[in-house]
Amino acid sequence: MEIRIAIQHPMETGFRRDATGHEIPKNVINAFSCRYNGVEVFRAEMGSGIAANPYLDFYTIADASGELIFDWTDDSGQTGSERASIVVSG
Amino acid sequence: MRKRIRCGLLLAIALTAGVAVSEAPQRPIPSGELRSGVDFTGPDARALQQDDFANPGVFWVELGERLWRQPAGSSGKSCESCHGDARTSMKGVATRYPLLDRGTGRLLNLEGRIMQCTEQRQRAPPLAYESEALLALTTYVRHQSRGMPVSVTIDSQARSYFEKGRALYYQRMGQMNLSCANCHQENWGRNLGPETISQGHGSDYPVYRLEWQTLGSLQRRFRSCFSGVRAEMLPYGAPEYLDLELYLAWRGNGLPIETPGVRR
Repeated sequence: MEIRIAIQHPMETGFRRDATGHEIPKNVINAFSCRYNGVEVFRAEMGSGIAANPYLDFYTIADASGELIFDWTDDSGQTGSERASIVVSG
Repeated sequence: MRKRIRCGLLLAIALTAGVAVSEAPQRPIPSGELRSGVDFTGPDARALQQDDFANPGVFWVELGERLWRQPAGSSGKSCESCHGDARTSMKGVATRYPLLDRGTGRLLNLEGRIMQCTEQRQRAPPLAYESEALLALTTYVRHQSRGMPVSVTIDSQARSYFEKGRALYYQRMGQMNLSCANCHQENWGRNLGPETISQGHGSDYPVYRLEWQTLGSLQRRFRSCFSGVRAEMLPYGAPEYLDLELYLAWRGNGLPIETPGVRR
């Protein structure tokens, strides 16, 4: 099955300066993982080369009904989490 | 003798044409040739725009939906308290903007209407141009008219704003000495560096611009264009930009609204 997730995040590179010339600190989602019924099926380590509002698209084999849990952390220490349940029939 | 008659005929034709122009201006681009801005951006951006999941502009639609329901200001009211469900009450509303505000007799774009509502009805602190909240609400409201044709009117008092907008469109400006028309009317479809010049319609604004890495209003795009021809950028909400918004909307009358759009 295909899993798609879009996360709203500025993905600040750390190379930019604001209008007054001060450096804008780097703040990107550095770790992302997807667990399927407790088993990690996908993990991404992202850096400053990833555009704002990252969009991830990956595949796994749907072998049982259950829950997908997505977790991510950014450089400022903020974490995010999202869940989705799936039903596998037959 | 024959010659004189021909001259007379020509004069008569010129006179009737003159009258027709002052009553209902002719479309600079025939409606059959109108093309939305995304048509000129290439297949990648178009694919992003057409997929509601991949389109990053949808984040602002979702934020707008939350703000629509959230009470604000000393009135304690949300947009929903008066307008109800936006999916029905706001359907088609954006197609008529910019329009003449009956109360003040001035031209108002959708951002201006939302700011007016926030300040006067919700009695909340004014929303700033290009703030996340104003962008989100504008995108959310325009999104409700998706697929409906732009249909602004330029009759009665709106006509004077329209004429000012048209004058600005044809006005050469900046160090490059270019008018809007030099690119977007005379050369649309041709290449300017890596880009293809668009017809300059605002029908899918606000757009998510990959270069900006965020969503921006039509006036932000105007400022980019003004800066591109090395002209002085006007402040957000400037009356000249409002006139230009009306004129552009009229040029694109009939194009479907596609907010939120995606650009390179």
